[in-house]
Amino acid sequence: MKLITPDFGLIFWMTLAFGIVFLVLAKVAFPIIGKALKKREEKITEALELAERTHEEMKQLQADNEKVLQEAREERDKILTDARSTRDRIIEEAKAKATEETNRIVETAKETIENERKAALTDIKNEIANISIKVAEKILEKQLDSNQAQMDYIERIIKETENNN
Amino acid sequence: MCFIFGIHTYSYADETKGGTEQTETKEKFNAGEMIFEHILDSYQWHIFTWKGHHVAINLPIIVFNEGKCYSFSSKHLMHGTYEVADKNTGDPITFCIPSEGDYKGKVVILKGEDRIRPFDISITKNVFGLFISCTLLVTLFLIVANAYKKRGEKAPKGLQSLFEMLIVYVRDDIAKKSIDEKHVDRYTPYLITVFFFIFFNNLLGLIPFFPFGANLTGNIAVTAVLAIFTFIITNVFGNKEYYKDIFNTPGVPVFLKLPLPLMPLIEFVGCLTKPLVLAIRLFANITAGHIVVLGFISMIFILGEMSAAAGGAMSVLSLLLAIFVDVLELLVAYIQAYVFTLLSALYFGMASKEEHHG
Repeated sequence: MKLITPDFGLIFWMTLAFGIVFLVLAKVAFPIIGKALKKREEKITEALELAERTHEEMKQLQADNEKVLQEAREERDKILTDARSTRDRIIEEAKAKATEETNRIVETAKETIENERKAALTDIKNEIANISIKVAEKILEKQLDSNQAQMDYIERIIKETENNN
Repeated sequence: MCFIFGIHTYSYADETKGGTEQTETKEKFNAGEMIFEHILDSYQWHIFTWKGHHVAINLPIIVFNEGKCYSFSSKHLMHGTYEVADKNTGDPITFCIPSEGDYKGKVVILKGEDRIRPFDISITKNVFGLFISCTLLVTLFLIVANAYKKRGEKAPKGLQSLFEMLIVYVRDDIAKKSIDEKHVDRYTPYLITVFFFIFFNNLLGLIPFFPFGANLTGNIAVTAVLAIFTFIITNVFGNKEYYKDIFNTPGVPVFLKLPLPLMPLIEFVGCLTKPLVLAIRLFANITAGHIVVLGFISMIFILGEMSAAAGGAMSVLSLLLAIFVDVLELLVAYIQAYVFTLLSALYFGMASKEEHHG
């Protein structure tokens, strides 16, 4: 049947045409396309690797950041602790100093008071002595008048002195 | 699309009157003849008929007779015989295209009562269609290659991305999966070419207008040439193990090889049937699709001759069915290209496989 009998003319032209198509594509088109595809594939692979690497680096960086932050936090805590202890110490010292000072001031005051008292006592003694001398003088003045009167007078003076005390 | 089919069809039905008389008004519509006219090759490319006038391209006839080449337009043969002076003797030679007999529709030389078929390499409808599709295919590939050159490593665009999808598919999913890594680069260009050639011509064969619609992949000569290419490449690049498997199959009892080489014979026949089956499968699938579509269209005319109403009613149904089959053919166009390429790749893979012991 004609349908399944290959026609020689068509076989001839087909061989020629297909051969030419094959040669042109294989020699001209495919090398360009193949090269471009390969290049692109390599580029994509590289890009993926780079992305992976960058991701790794980012992670590393983040970890580093975290570490630095942690360190900073610790540093801050340490500084705070130090400051607190220093403050406490200073307060403690100040307190101690103040107590000491107070004690010293009190001591000085006491001493001063003692001295004052002593001076006062000395003054009083002197006064008494003076008074005694004056009394003695007066007594001596009255002695000349009479014995009786002299005796009365001495008694009155003694009484006065006692009352004054 | 089917409308054009209709015009096309009618003109052929008109032509099958066989005579030169335009006055003969009505002839019975012959669906079988119309379909075969459509599927088979011809010396003229009929484009359409307008008010009884056939608009067709007369393609050149090139024949060799007794070592001399004769070339003339096919228009001389459409309505009878054509005489040329013999280039050897000077006597007239009569060419004609018989409308019946063994050489029906082919150029023959009349010698008395005898018909002699000369060596015929005319540019027929299919050859012309082949040139057009090849030119188109090469042009598209060069455009795509140029796009690659221009765009460099950038992502593909437009036509380039369509081609890339198919190229990468053939390369990775057909070639690399069937053939050893070491040898695959040798076969890939052929596989891509064959895939695109078949797919492209399958699709162009579905377009009913000029300059497409030549039934190329539904022609046994075309599919045979493709199969022969596959056969030659398989056997030229076949390695030692491949030939040993054919002529001294291991693991087969000796009495199957000597004295009667039964096993080698079977293997050898197997080698030949592989490409034969490739050729027939592609040819039959595409031809069948075309026949079914044309059959549905013919039904309109067959019923239309009985009554106008029946023809009118049938045309709706026929068109729907024809469209359905056409869409199915789009799928077949791809599947057949894929199958041919895949089987070729498998044959290449078998012929270049290295023996893996253990």
